Amino acid sequence: MERETIYFDNAASSRMDERVLESMKPYFFDVYAVATSEFGYSLGIEAREALDGARTKILSALGNPEGKLIFTSGNTESSNIAIKGVVKKLSGTKGKHIIVSGIEDFPVLNSARSLEREGFKVTYLNVDKYGLVDPDELNDSINEETILVSIQHANQEIGTIQDIKTIAGICNKNNVIFHSDATHSFGRVPIDLSTLDIDLLTVSAHTIHGPKGIGALYVKEGVPVAKWIDGGFQEFDLRAGVENIPGAIGFAKTIELITEEENKRIKNLRDYLIEKIQKEIPDTVLNGHPEKRIPNNANITFHFVEGESITLHLDMKGFAVSTGSACFSKSLEASHVILGIGGDHERAHGSVRFTFGRFNKKEDVDQIVDALADVVGKLRKISPLKGKKRGKNEISL
Amino acid sequence: MKFPYNEKVLEHFRNPRNVGSIENPDGKSTEGSPACGDMVSVYIKVDKDTKKIKDVKFESYGCASNIATGSIITELAKGKTLEEAKKIDWKEASDALGGLPKIKTHCSVLAVDGLRAAIQNYEEKHGLVKEKVSTTKKIVLKRLKHVMNPLAGLDLVRTNLITGVKVGKGTVEVTVDLSEEHQFANNIREEIVEKLESLWDIEKVIVDFTVKKNKKE
Repeated sequence: MERETIYFDNAASSRMDERVLESMKPYFFDVYAVATSEFGYSLGIEAREALDGARTKILSALGNPEGKLIFTSGNTESSNIAIKGVVKKLSGTKGKHIIVSGIEDFPVLNSARSLEREGFKVTYLNVDKYGLVDPDELNDSINEETILVSIQHANQEIGTIQDIKTIAGICNKNNVIFHSDATHSFGRVPIDLSTLDIDLLTVSAHTIHGPKGIGALYVKEGVPVAKWIDGGFQEFDLRAGVENIPGAIGFAKTIELITEEENKRIKNLRDYLIEKIQKEIPDTVLNGHPEKRIPNNANITFHFVEGESITLHLDMKGFAVSTGSACFSKSLEASHVILGIGGDHERAHGSVRFTFGRFNKKEDVDQIVDALADVVGKLRKISPLKGKKRGKNEISL
Repeated sequence: MKFPYNEKVLEHFRNPRNVGSIENPDGKSTEGSPACGDMVSVYIKVDKDTKKIKDVKFESYGCASNIATGSIITELAKGKTLEEAKKIDWKEASDALGGLPKIKTHCSVLAVDGLRAAIQNYEEKHGLVKEKVSTTKKIVLKRLKHVMNPLAGLDLVRTNLITGVKVGKGTVEVTVDLSEEHQFANNIREEIVEKLESLWDIEKVIVDFTVKKNKKE
């Protein structure tokens, strides 16, 4: 009776590709040494070569095969190292001010908040109705005490892509270190570090059919980062600990498997979903930028209904999605991203995020839109808001 | 498949009982607002003689626990006298549902409050309020704490949107610190009137905005 879940929550986590697992297996069973044993025995050399090979593959995908890439446990750790590592190195010399956008994902946002509690000054940049940072506002926010700017490449909820080229240019001109969280764009949107002057970049494998528990932080040569974990000299003497070689191999394979055609196919599916919803379900609004968005994200508010009720109904029908509703979160806080783009609580409350991946098919989209039409219709029927028409005298949408 | 709620809650969520509105209800209430998250409207029909709840319906803009609680309280309240129905509390509703996740208490309490407020509304409209206390500024503010400021997701009082309350003979005048052309102005006005007009000694509710149409900010 149970069928496979139709999964549209790839930005949270994704089903791993079997080929990734195959690539990892030898590093559990054959080459199980650690890379630091390279001067002890040949297995260690093989481990070292494999690890460096994986590093080079990922760096090549980023357009800078000669760069420095530190493997981490995932994007949360990468962003923590980037922000706290730089601050630790520089706060004694330059100043105690950092700048982040107000719609960052929690690793960046909460790193900033925790520094704020320690006495740092933090500027949270506003975004416009699409989620875009204003480069001029960034420029004006930088002062002589500013040591770091952290602005994401693409947003985790609404998928808006920032103009990081301009942002990087502003940081560079002002001699401020720039970190960007590219967790939700890496693999899906080209990032070319040979033309982009980024100091630190967070990436992860878990949203693109790679293994969980592996991510990386790109660090431009010469960027000061304090040692994150004490122990041995692993990962450029920044992050001690046994290297996750199977993870690193799996991450490299993950990147290798993504093709331009796949991203195009995903974008078409995503566009098809948006179009179909807009055609078949009234009173919806697309959150985020219509064009400047990652190909795998759609975020739609269904007015007059609450998101957790939608997701639970969909779950019972075998679909997985997420929502920015307060009821969905443990903190009972509505999505800071939807509120950040000027949406009210009602807009956040009825927002549903659909994130696509390799394994989504066109039939999945047809099925979920049918299910949505049914669920949203059912919930609107019992909603006291349904009678409130749009217009001056009623709830404005 | 695994769900965050028990089977009984899910069943009420899937097939909520007594859903909808009642035309010309004897008592009605709306608790919460779209801004704060969940919102519940409760409508009741009351037998004049027996003071029993003949019919009760609810509407919910809320999460699963809000919908399920709305459903169960209507089942619990139907056929009870107003006095009995007033005593239905969150614990009774939650127990009848076989338990709700702790974090969802807030959403389900709202539905229970909705029923009580609908009963209170009936009593006020039908002169059944036992202790006839004269309306004061304090009473008005207490009621206005149930009107949400959609901009902030909190009520008007706590977000300092109420800049004046004047209680006169049979009238109450409330000043809201907003432009009367603001997108939420009319909604807020309606909600304020709804909350205050049922007070037994109030005949007229006047809602004033600090910024007038002709002199916009």
